[in-house]
Formats: sequence, C-alpha cells, structure tokens
Amino acid sequence: MIADQLPALQVALPLIAAPFCVFLRRPLPAWGWAMAVTMACLGMAISLLLAVLHGGPISYHVGDWDPPWGIELRVDMLTAFVLVLVSGIGALVMAYARESVRAEIPSERHALFYAMYLLCLTGLLGMTITGDAFNLFVFLEISSLSTYAMVGLGKGRQALLAAYNYLILGTVGATFYVLGVGLLYMITGTLNMADLAERLPAVANTRTFVAAAGFLAVGLSLKLALFPLHKWLPPAYAHAPSVVTAFLASTATKVSLYVLIRIFVEVLAPAFRAAHLPGPLSEGDVVTILALVAMFSGSFVAIFQADAKRMLAYSSVAQIGYMVLGVSMLTVTGLSAGLVHMFNHAIIKATLFLAVGCVFLRIGSVQVKDMAGLGKRMPLTMAAFVLGGLSLIGIPGTGGFVSKWQLVMGAFEKGWWWAALLIGLSSLLAVVYVWKVVEVAYFKPAPKDAPPVKEAPISMLVPLALIALCNLFFGLQTDWSLGVARAAAASLLGGGTP
Amino acid sequence: MSWEEVIGLANYWLFILLMMIGFYMVISRGNLVKKIVGLNIFQSAVCLFYISMGVVKDGTAPILDSHFTVYTNPLPSVLILTAIVVGVATTAVGLALVVRIKEAYGTIEEDELLKIESEDGE
Amino acid sequence: MIDLLRIILTPLIGAILIAATGRSPNVRETVTLLTALATFLQVAPLTPEVLAGARPALEILPVMPGVPLALQVEPLGMMFALIASFLWIVASVYSIGYMRGNKEHHQTRFYVCFSLAIAFTLGIAFAGNLFTLFLFYEALTLSTYPLVTHKGDEASMKAGRVYLGILLSTSIGLLLIGILWTYSITGSLDFVPGGIMAGKIEGPMVGLLLFLYMYGIGKAAMMPIHRWLPAAMVAPTPVSALLHAVAVVKAGVFTVVKVIVYVFGIDLLANTSSAQWLLYVSGATVIIASLVALQQDNLKRRLAYSTISQLSYVILAAAILTPISVVGAALHIAAHAFGKITLFFAAGSIYTAAHKTNVSQLDGIGRRMPWTMAAFTIGSLSMIGVPPTAGFLSKWYMLSGAMSSEAWFAVGVLILSTLLNAGYFLPIVYAAFLKPEKPLGDDHGDNHGHGHGSHGHGEAPLPIVIALCVTALGTVALFFLPGLPLELAQDLVGGTP
Repeated sequence: MIADQLPALQVALPLIAAPFCVFLRRPLPAWGWAMAVTMACLGMAISLLLAVLHGGPISYHVGDWDPPWGIELRVDMLTAFVLVLVSGIGALVMAYARESVRAEIPSERHALFYAMYLLCLTGLLGMTITGDAFNLFVFLEISSLSTYAMVGLGKGRQALLAAYNYLILGTVGATFYVLGVGLLYMITGTLNMADLAERLPAVANTRTFVAAAGFLAVGLSLKLALFPLHKWLPPAYAHAPSVVTAFLASTATKVSLYVLIRIFVEVLAPAFRAAHLPGPLSEGDVVTILALVAMFSGSFVAIFQADAKRMLAYSSVAQIGYMVLGVSMLTVTGLSAGLVHMFNHAIIKATLFLAVGCVFLRIGSVQVKDMAGLGKRMPLTMAAFVLGGLSLIGIPGTGGFVSKWQLVMGAFEKGWWWAALLIGLSSLLAVVYVWKVVEVAYFKPAPKDAPPVKEAPISMLVPLALIALCNLFFGLQTDWSLGVARAAAASLLGGGTP
Repeated sequence: MSWEEVIGLANYWLFILLMMIGFYMVISRGNLVKKIVGLNIFQSAVCLFYISMGVVKDGTAPILDSHFTVYTNPLPSVLILTAIVVGVATTAVGLALVVRIKEAYGTIEEDELLKIESEDGE
Repeated sequence: MIDLLRIILTPLIGAILIAATGRSPNVRETVTLLTALATFLQVAPLTPEVLAGARPALEILPVMPGVPLALQVEPLGMMFALIASFLWIVASVYSIGYMRGNKEHHQTRFYVCFSLAIAFTLGIAFAGNLFTLFLFYEALTLSTYPLVTHKGDEASMKAGRVYLGILLSTSIGLLLIGILWTYSITGSLDFVPGGIMAGKIEGPMVGLLLFLYMYGIGKAAMMPIHRWLPAAMVAPTPVSALLHAVAVVKAGVFTVVKVIVYVFGIDLLANTSSAQWLLYVSGATVIIASLVALQQDNLKRRLAYSTISQLSYVILAAAILTPISVVGAALHIAAHAFGKITLFFAAGSIYTAAHKTNVSQLDGIGRRMPWTMAAFTIGSLSMIGVPPTAGFLSKWYMLSGAMSSEAWFAVGVLILSTLLNAGYFLPIVYAAFLKPEKPLGDDHGDNHGHGHGSHGHGEAPLPIVIALCVTALGTVALFFLPGLPLELAQDLVGGTP
C-alpha cells in the first residue's frame, strides 16, 4: 500500500529527486522537475492532513524498527498542518521562480539552484515530520546547508558574506541543539520525542536537564532568529535571490518555530512542570520579555531601512516576537495565537517578498526610494504589496487581524493587559514602515529619466495574486487556520494526542 | 566537589575546554578560514562528548560474542558518524563560500571586508 | 434577511461598475447616480419594519468561534443608514457638478472610493456586533484615504499621514484593545439593549474601558485626537461634505452612542463615578473647538472645527446618560448631518464659482450667489439651533435632558457654545449679504492660479445649486416633520421618554 508509506515518501521524494535536477542540467527541465516534485509533495501533505483529520495521528516506523529504537515519523494534526503550509508555499514559490530565477541567477547554475531548493524542502519537511530528536538535527542541517548555498547565489558579493555569517551562526545554533539533545540522551537513554516526554519528568530536577534545556533554547532561538539572536537574518534575507527570500521567510523560520513548540511544549513542558527551578524569573518570563523586545526592536529598526527587503526582514524579526509571545503564554489561546500567526505570517511574508521580487525583476532595485511611481506602473504588484501590508498591520478582514485578535485574547486571559497594549502599539510601528513604501509608490512620481516599466510577467503575477488573496480568505474564513491551530494547541497542552 | 568527582568527570572537562577553544576562535578570529577551523573544533568537542558518554568501563565494541558481556553503547557512535558527515559538509560549504568571497573581495580578513563593505555603502 | 447583504453589496458592485465604465464620464456618473438611488431605495423600505419593532439580522460568516461577521438593523443604525444613503444621492449630484466644474483629475478613482466608503458606512450602520463594526470602521478609514489624498501633492500626502496615523493608531491601539477586553470579560460582542457589561466590570475599570472606547473611536474627533479632521479638509469638497461631515464622523459618534447604549448600558455608566469624565471632556471639546473655529479664516477649516464641536455635542448628550438626552444625541446626528453638509456644499459652491476659500474674501458674495448663501444661512441657523431648523430640535432635547438630570455643566456648555456658534457663523452671513464687495486688488486669498478674480462670476453650476438647496430644505423640513427620526431615536432608548 503506497498510502501507508506516505510519511516516508513525503521526505524521501524530494531528497531522491534533488540529484535529478543536476542530471537534467538545462534550466527548463530542471524547473519543471522541481515544480512537479513540489506539487507531488503538496498532494502528499494534503492527503496526510486528510488522513490525520479522519483517522488520528499516524506513526511510521522507518525500516520497521519500532520506536524508541528506530526512527519514528509522526504525523499529527499540527505536523500535517505545517507540512501543507511548507509544501503549499513551496509550490507557489516554484511557480513564481521560473522568471525570477532566470533574471537573478546565471543560467548555468539554475539546475543546481533547483536541486538546492529540493534539498531545502526535504530538510524542512523532514524537520516537521520526524519524531526523533537526533534525526531532526540531520534534517535541520540538510535544510540549513542548502539554504547557505542558496543565499550565496544572490546577486552582488554581499550575498556571499551574508551566507557565510549565516553559516557560522547557523552551525553554532545546530551544534547547541545537538549538545542539548545529547544531554537529554544522557539522562534518559532515548531520542524519541514521545519517549523523552515520558521519561524526563523523573529526572527533571537535575542540573543536566537544565543545561540541556538551555542549550536547546539557545540553539533553536538562533535558528528561529529570536531577538537577540537574529543578527544573521536581515542580511541573509536582504541579499538572497528574491525567490529564496520569499521561500525562507515564509517557511524556514516557521518550521523552526514549530520545532521550538515541539521540543519545549511537548517534550520539555511536562518536565518543567515537575521541576522546581530557582530564580526570580522563570524561563517563561525571560522568553516573554525577549519576545516583547523583539516586537519593538524589529519593527523600530525596520522603519529606518532604506532597502525594502531588509525592512521586511526586520519586520520578520518583530513578527517572530509575536509568535513566540503567543507560545510563551502556554495557554490554549496563546499557543493557538502563535500557531495561527505562524500560518498567517507565512502567507503575509510570502506576499510581500514575492511582490518585492516582481519589483526587483522590473526595476532592478529594492531600495524604497526607487519604487517611486510604481503604484501606477505596476498596479497589480503594488496592490498585492498593500494587501500584504494591511495584513501585516492587522487590519480586520485580513489574516493578520485574526492572529492579532487571538494574541490579545490570550494576553487578556493571562491577565497581561500590558502585553495587550504593547501588541497594539507595536502594530502601529508596522503601519509606519508599510506606509513608507505606499507613499513612495503612490505619491512620488517616477523620475523623468526612468526607463518604462511593465507589469511583472503573468507567471509571477498569478502566484502573487493567489497568495495575496489568501490574506483576505484567511481573514474571513478561519476554520482551516484558527480551527486547526486551536485543535493542535489543545492537544499539545493536553499532554496526550487527540 | 571532591577531587575524585573532578577526576571522574575528566572527559567532560576536556570537552568543555575544547568547545570553548573552538567557540573562542569563531568569535575572535578575523580570518574566515580560521573561523571555520574554530567551528570544526567546536563541533568535534560535541562529537567527543557524545562518544565519551557512551563508553562503559571495561566494555568492548558491541560485537556479539560469547566472550564478552559488557558492551559500549553503540548508539552515540552511530549518531556521531552522522554528525561527522554533517560537519564535513558544513566545512565544505563554508570553505566554498570563503573561496567565492576571496574571488569577489580579494581578501578573507573580516576587518578588511567590513571596510570594503562600508565603502560600498557610501 | 439576505437583502441586508444586498444593500451593502449594491455600492460595492457599483464601485466595480464605476471602475469598469471609467473611460466614459457620462456612463460612469449615471452609474454612480443609479447606484446611489438603488441603495437608498433598498434602505428605505426597511424603516417601517424597524419601527414596528423588527430587528432584521443576518450572519454572513462565522469568522471566529463566537465572533461572526453579522448584520443587524436597529433604530439608530436605521437612521444612520437612511441619512447616509439619502445624502449620498444628493452628494453624487453635487460631486458631478463639482468635479467637472473644477476639472479634477482621477475622477474615476474618486467615484470608486466614494462608493466603497458608502458601502462601508452602511456596514457600520448595520453592524450586528462590535467585530463587524470594527471591520467596517477600519475599511472606511482605508477607503477614504485615497479621497483625502486625492490631489496627490506633498500637502495632501502629509494630511493623509495625519489622517491615517490618528485614525489607525487610535483604533488599533485603543479601540481594538477595548473590544477584546470587552470580549474577554463578557464573552460576547453583540449589541444588546441595556448593555452587556452589567455586573461584569465595576469601579475605575469602567472608566478605563470607557476611555479605551472613547479615544479609540478616533472618528468621533474628541479633543485631543481631533487633528485628522482639519487635516482631511485638503480633500475635494464633496468628500469633506459627505464623508467628513456625515459618513465618517457620524460613523464615529454613531459608534460612541452604540457603545454607550448597547455595550455599557446607560444605567451602568450613570451609576459609575469613574465614567463621569466623559461629560467634562466632551463639554470642553465643544467649547475649545468653537473657540478655535472663531479664529479660522479658511472657510473649510472653520467648518471642520465647527464639526468637531458639534460631534462632541452628540457625545456630551450621550454622556448625560438620560434617555431624553440620548434621544437628543440621536437627533443631533441627523440634524447636524443635514446642516453641515449644506454648509460644506456652500463652501464648495463658492470655491467652484469664485475660487475663494477664505472667510475674509466673502464680502458681498451673497448678491452674486444668492441661492448658495441662502442655503448657507439656513445651515448656520441650524448649527446655532435657531428655529425653524433641525438644530433647534436636537438642542432642545439635549437641554431638557441636561436640565432634568441637573447636569448644570452640560447646560452651561450648551448655552455658551450656542453663543460661540453664532459668533463664528453670523459674521459670514452678515458679510455675504450686507457688506459691499471688495475691489479686485484686495483678493489675497488662495486662488490656485486660475486667474479668476472676485468679479465676473455668478452662481455655481446647476447640479451644485440643486444639491445644496435640497439639503437646506431638508434642514428645515426636519424641524417641521421630525416624526421619523424622532420615532427611531425613541425606539433606541425603548419607548417615549
């Protein structure tokens, strides 16, 4: 039965498919192949989601070795949700990539680029689906290594430096993660996440456990770009090819957040509840404070960026703060707010970065000042940008509003009225930087000597329009975003699985 | 902490020392290749940590044989095989990037790169 | 009740049609008028039902659990929708004359955004819960932004920043928090007669929540968050007239009244001392805004400050917290709508015909533009509250409400502000009709380089004159035939006070 093998195929297919891109060599077939594989992944993710919705969580034992000895692939609702998100964004980005990649990457490297992309997809899907803490590290590195290479493909030599710095910090983060996992293994003798969750409470009052939690927190926060470990993110996003930025911004950090939730809420939380940790501030408080600082510092720095991609990158740092803030509440509402914002923010950032990619294709620059007059010259692209921007601000009727609503609700439930006020305030900062672009695009006339600019090609506009409309769709129809997020949050915090 | 305990944890002391040396190199060295060397030491320290924790006193390699009853835990060693592969791949990508940086900027010294960058920015 | 949705969709579809027919101005403007007419004809038949006690409701989408996108018609919303949709017809006629007379650019965008704004205004009027109201409230802000910045120059961009900055920051920073707070303590966002908060919150927290609402509703322009309204005056006059004298600002005070009546409940607020501040702040806004209006030479700015002061009348009346004063508040929404739109129409008429924008240029203009200035006079009288105009009626109710609850502060404010209103409107009327026209050379105002002097102009184009006569007549008619708005207003507080 092929259906039983879906969890394995979900990861194996892009992994095996990646080298074929290199064999195909020519840009068009390589793109077609990557596109087809991504679509297949999306199909598998959707069927997994349906299977989970109807039949409950799926556990797949790699090589028929029973867990906890063998590697387990676990698909529950949250997993399937993230799988669909990642492969769905991947499919959209791939449809868009054809023209954008042709303009930004030399043609002899196209096949390699698509191979890297498939490897990155493998890594992200693998991180999501695996139920084994060490296996997760392997997938993390697969996605990271391919990401470094893709960032390095960006135009301009700064991309190389950005990729290098990302590599150093990313590797440090991943190594911290392995170290944390090793310490957990030392005290429990298992690497299976579910098994770890069961065994950890018994040993929660050891220094080893605290050290492990610390290493895991720092390592994952680095990958997630949680303030103050976010320094690698803005240059990497700013200099990577447009397609890569859009893909990473809407998937890589999201999967990192997912992993953070898995490890901390599912694996470590039972142990934390059993432990008596010293100190005036609990870890939860520290995370909350960092998330709040991220919200403000990210948005604040974003306001002063002249480069649209860098601006959006800092905005991502701020938005990650929102998500982590939600998670740090450790209530069903808060956690579902974090999850639903993970979902909505993926759509928002994909919209914004894809729109900026269209702009880059046509005017060859992403400086805000060069976007003068684009409101008239590229009306559809800029309309999509505005829509994404409104969702980022959290205007009602858009996806961003739903997440903000949940987040503030969560804050009120906890009695954190100050957090509610701060969330409101920091969304206003988003108004400032989004409107900076709007004003330039719609009010400043294009310079007299500017070459004529056409609207982006149709193959880029269609994915852009689709994802932009998703912002509206998920602002009014929240069963698939909020509904799933709530169910997932409830099952995560309920300890067991539904 | 008694002397016995300190000695008993020797492998951990060593690993912490090694790890900090590597980490320090990553932070303090300006040369991009040296940073990667530091990163390698950093990773190797973690590898040693894993392997040393699997060792059982007087244990042998885990080969089924009637002469032996005590085995070293093989799992950490297996994990580390994977980690070594990952480490090699990271080093390869890192060094490849350094080569490209050298081609693009003509230097791999961080302070010079920063200087070039800030001049580019003007 | 699917026709509720149809009412809101009508102007939305109209907007699409307008955009599609943009190439031919005649077709486009016919579509505009037809859409306006069709909207009004759909709103009007609901009135008897609502008066008979029906509350047509419709749930469009279950957006979030317990927080649906839903519509419901209640008396106040009915009145607001009637006013907005009726005045839209008049304003459409007017804008055709104005936009053509001034050869404005981007007229299609103008009409599209105008229809969108009306659709969202109707959405606010018919909102069935706070979430729906908030959604349309923000949509209205965004859809009017392109209208405020219509000119597209540096000044309008700056004004747009103030406009958007204040409206968005208050609504997201305060109103949304207030709504969510409400939801978290009551578990409901529905509008229920008598309020939903009784017993759920008390003491100083009521005052704080009221603060979040009152300052969150930036569109009500209570000082000190009123600056967006004068800033918005850079927009073409039909926008100032319909949106910034009727739709947008009324959406603000409408929300205020709804929140006070249906969310807090009059009784709860009346028994909570921490909620009393509203009376004083709104009273102060009435007086200060009037004083500022006295000093404005630019006619539209003077009208804008007058609007700020009149809006706070409504808040003041609602804050007196007696049923009779709430009736006055509701009536004043209607009365001020007709009066102020007349005044703005007149200002736009003067600008179109004579290219004059300042009060000091208006000497003797009454003889050249008798219809315009006659309408202006009626509008002014209504603002002051002189019979036989609608303004008298609403002030009467407000005053008797204030008297009956012995709110002497409110009585004082009402009397003093009446004097001030007279102080800044009557000199204009006096100068227009009785002062001799100034010679050409004195014309130092903002003429926009059109080369028109103060000589050689007559009345404004016919559509403009028709529109302003209709609204002026409406102002008088409301005095003699106040039945409909009065009944609706009394329904709001549950029977005859």
